[in-house]
Amino acid sequence: MADKKNRKFIQGNEACVEGALYAGCRFYAGYPITPSTEIAELLSARLPKVGGKFIQMEDEIASIAAIIGASLAGLKSLTATSGPGFSLKQEGIGYACMAEVPCVIVDVMRGGPSTGYPTGPSQSDVMQAKWGTHGDHPVIALTPAYVQEIIPETVRAFNLAEKYRTPVMLLYDEVVGHMREAVTIPEPGELPVINRIKPACPPEEYLPYDSKYEIAPLASFGEGYRFHVTGLNHREDGFPTNDSKIIEEGIKRLMRKVENNKADIWKNEEYYLDGADIVVFAFGTTARSARYAITKAREKGIKAGLLRPLTIWPFPDAAVKDAAKRAKAIIVPEMNLGQISLEIERCACGVKVEPINRVDGEPINPAQILSVIEKYS
Amino acid sequence: MSTVAEKKQKLSVPFDYNRYLRPNKLPHIWCPGCGHGIVLKSLIRAIDKSALTKDQICMVSGIGCSSRTPGYVDFNTFHTLHGRALSHATGIKLAKPELKIIVTTGDGDALAIGGNHFIHTCRRNIDMTILVYSNATYGMTGGQYSPTTPVGSMATTSRYGNIEPVFDCCELAKAAGATFVARGTAYHTQELERILLEAIKHRGTSVVEILDQCPTYYGRQNKFKSATHMMEVIEKDGTVSVTQAEKLPPEKIKGKLLRGILHRVERPEYCDEYKKLTDRAQGK
Repeated sequence: MADKKNRKFIQGNEACVEGALYAGCRFYAGYPITPSTEIAELLSARLPKVGGKFIQMEDEIASIAAIIGASLAGLKSLTATSGPGFSLKQEGIGYACMAEVPCVIVDVMRGGPSTGYPTGPSQSDVMQAKWGTHGDHPVIALTPAYVQEIIPETVRAFNLAEKYRTPVMLLYDEVVGHMREAVTIPEPGELPVINRIKPACPPEEYLPYDSKYEIAPLASFGEGYRFHVTGLNHREDGFPTNDSKIIEEGIKRLMRKVENNKADIWKNEEYYLDGADIVVFAFGTTARSARYAITKAREKGIKAGLLRPLTIWPFPDAAVKDAAKRAKAIIVPEMNLGQISLEIERCACGVKVEPINRVDGEPINPAQILSVIEKYS
Repeated sequence: MSTVAEKKQKLSVPFDYNRYLRPNKLPHIWCPGCGHGIVLKSLIRAIDKSALTKDQICMVSGIGCSSRTPGYVDFNTFHTLHGRALSHATGIKLAKPELKIIVTTGDGDALAIGGNHFIHTCRRNIDMTILVYSNATYGMTGGQYSPTTPVGSMATTSRYGNIEPVFDCCELAKAAGATFVARGTAYHTQELERILLEAIKHRGTSVVEILDQCPTYYGRQNKFKSATHMMEVIEKDGTVSVTQAEKLPPEKIKGKLLRGILHRVERPEYCDEYKKLTDRAQGK
């Protein structure tokens, strides 16, 4: 039984703050935007207490730029935003991918396009998370569904960012961002916390993109390693290059960091999936409705099961392919007009894929999902 | 105190720029006649006099010709996104206040795409030295008009003469809250070295606009005969030092830009204030 002092009744955005601090986040830069603002408000109070830095920047672009700078100066760094701000941050996300700077970007998804529906939930940024910035680049995005779960998933976001030297996105919708649930704050040591590997070599031998490593150690500015960082295609030493062979190899290496480590990055929850012939694939708040619908379906003797990704990018191809082998239909509820359902079709090996979509600013409810499950039973 | 003989001896030893450069990254990309290399020379000499170590300096830039400077110098160097150098620099400075931040940026990078970051950096008075290489053009992309292109000038995007009024970089910086504002030119190299040393020593946001020439684009499109012709017309005859200006009648300084330290005040610096905030938060 958890100690009472570690029990809290908090919002999803507060859980994100708890997770960030647990992970060792010591820098936050952001710009006010609904429905993510609570993260900034809370960190403005919490970070100075632990010797961390908080700054409200002049805009969203400046915020991602500042966390990239702070990360290169050695601090674990976070920014949080929502749809319109996420669009603005894309140039910085691309830079962080290219320059391989660890950082975490929270996107509390609201309705769009444009200013859209600031106070309503949405899941319409999943493709923006994947393709929002230009050029081929690796993407890691996590999709927690419960307030409690946001804590370890925020820690995992930092861990993956530090381990793979890449930006990691945490995507959750407005419902779980603002919902209050009872949570247990993990004890120190309870969750693994990963820190980036720093170089052990003498400064004159240091290569910030050393190709002998899959992920090269990262020095911090001001610690004697006077290295160069650029968003241009670069050599192992960090300096720009026009050499076509090095350019291509550099981009392929970026992609391989995630591609070769999918098994480590993937994380799924299965609920009654064993032997399920009707599979529901859902993430975030939608997965909570799906879970309830499946419980009801099972009570009726329908063999329905849930596949819930906690990592949406890289896409859990293997798990979907595996579930598709036994399924006669895969139902894909999502609060958008069909972004992930197309990914499912790609992996479903011809199995019928039925989307359930909603963009009216209301969450998808269990009855909606149950009625589709019953259609296939 | 060194003796006269020692001073003479010191002068006879040529300044070793290679101590601050990354010689294997040369030659640089700047065109013949460009002023950026001259500015770099003054900057290196100022840094040498500042007694800062190479590890203490972080040079940050955005995108453009001037933003290639960090690649050639042996500091912690950071070539960021177009217009965003100051935002990246703010992150570094706040994370590691002991670093001395020097930003090299251009008129387009700092005053157009980075205009918002420029004014807010000045407002915060966060400790960093910002060199705005102002050559009235976007050189990297081939000579388009910028926020400092004079009205009537030709550019590849103003074929009938520029109709947009200019930003006065120094007035903008001062109004936004920078606590050290100066203007130098690539023509007046020793004066620039002195200004840059003062800017680096200043605690707070210091902005130095440096009038500089782009003979390849601005010069050719505006019928300048050569780079030196541009330097004489724009940088030498187009400016007057603040000390000289005090002694001259108004008609002699009309239409000329002032050179020298134009504004210097003391105001709380951002990182110092953040340290106090941290102490308050921790109940100290």
